[in-house]
Amino acid sequence: MSTVRMQMLIDIMALEFTAVELNLFLDTHPGERRALDAYNATVVQLDELKREYEARFGPLTNFGYSDSDYPWRWVEEPWPWQINFAHMKGV
Amino acid sequence: MWIYEKKLEFPSRICSTNPKLAKVIITQYGGPDGELAASLRYLTQRYTMPTGRSKAVLNDIGTEELAHMEVVATMVYNLIKDASLEEIKAAGLDGYYADHDKALYFVNGDGVPWVAQYIQSKGDPVADLHENLAAEQKARATYEYLLQLSDDPGISETLAFLRQREVIHFQRFGETLEHIYEFYNHQHRFFMGDHS
Repeated sequence: MSTVRMQMLIDIMALEFTAVELNLFLDTHPGERRALDAYNATVVQLDELKREYEARFGPLTNFGYSDSDYPWRWVEEPWPWQINFAHMKGV
Repeated sequence: MWIYEKKLEFPSRICSTNPKLAKVIITQYGGPDGELAASLRYLTQRYTMPTGRSKAVLNDIGTEELAHMEVVATMVYNLIKDASLEEIKAAGLDGYYADHDKALYFVNGDGVPWVAQYIQSKGDPVADLHENLAAEQKARATYEYLLQLSDDPGISETLAFLRQREVIHFQRFGETLEHIYEFYNHQHRFFMGDHS
């Protein structure tokens, strides 16, 4: 897997982690306006990055959440457990 | 409904073939304080939580734990996939190999299979949340023992991330417990007022 693709995945992971963390915080603090604004801003950034990744490397999600080029790209390897980020050059 | 996302929650780096380390890390896959137990515990307790907030917390932490289960599986899979039979034997994984080859199975570090008795679902939100607070502390302690045992810098990085998530989950469950106490106190006063 190319370093560019791995780096894009890492950027998506970082943003989605931000979303997960804010999501859990909001579950117990639903009235915190600043956290909600940060969550909503993260959603916009994450959506943009995922679209860019999926256009190049195929769908990140299935079941109607992302479309696919022909032929059906969901079945393409690698699956997540086949990616070892230790093999990323320059890390 | 769940949607699968074709990525891990954390960019796992595995620097070695190390079945000895896999043998202990697998306890966070199928051991008493592992991620299978955590995810199934929260996801099955969520049905009887009394408020929208408490249902959300159990649903969302249970879902994140499923992602952690996948991260743990990825570590174990990669630590053993290129191991020779000699290395498997030297690591004391020959018994595991006889039953599972290098496939992932839900066991603790000594090969004891996962059982539903590891978890409880009591229907009493105060009891369930106390169990969950304890579960997060036990998982945190396990990750600390695994960090002491790890000699792979990539694995240690991932274990430290997972340990930190237990700390955050503990915090969120604590806040949820306070919220539940407030909810019941409020109900109680209202109820008493109605009948006094």
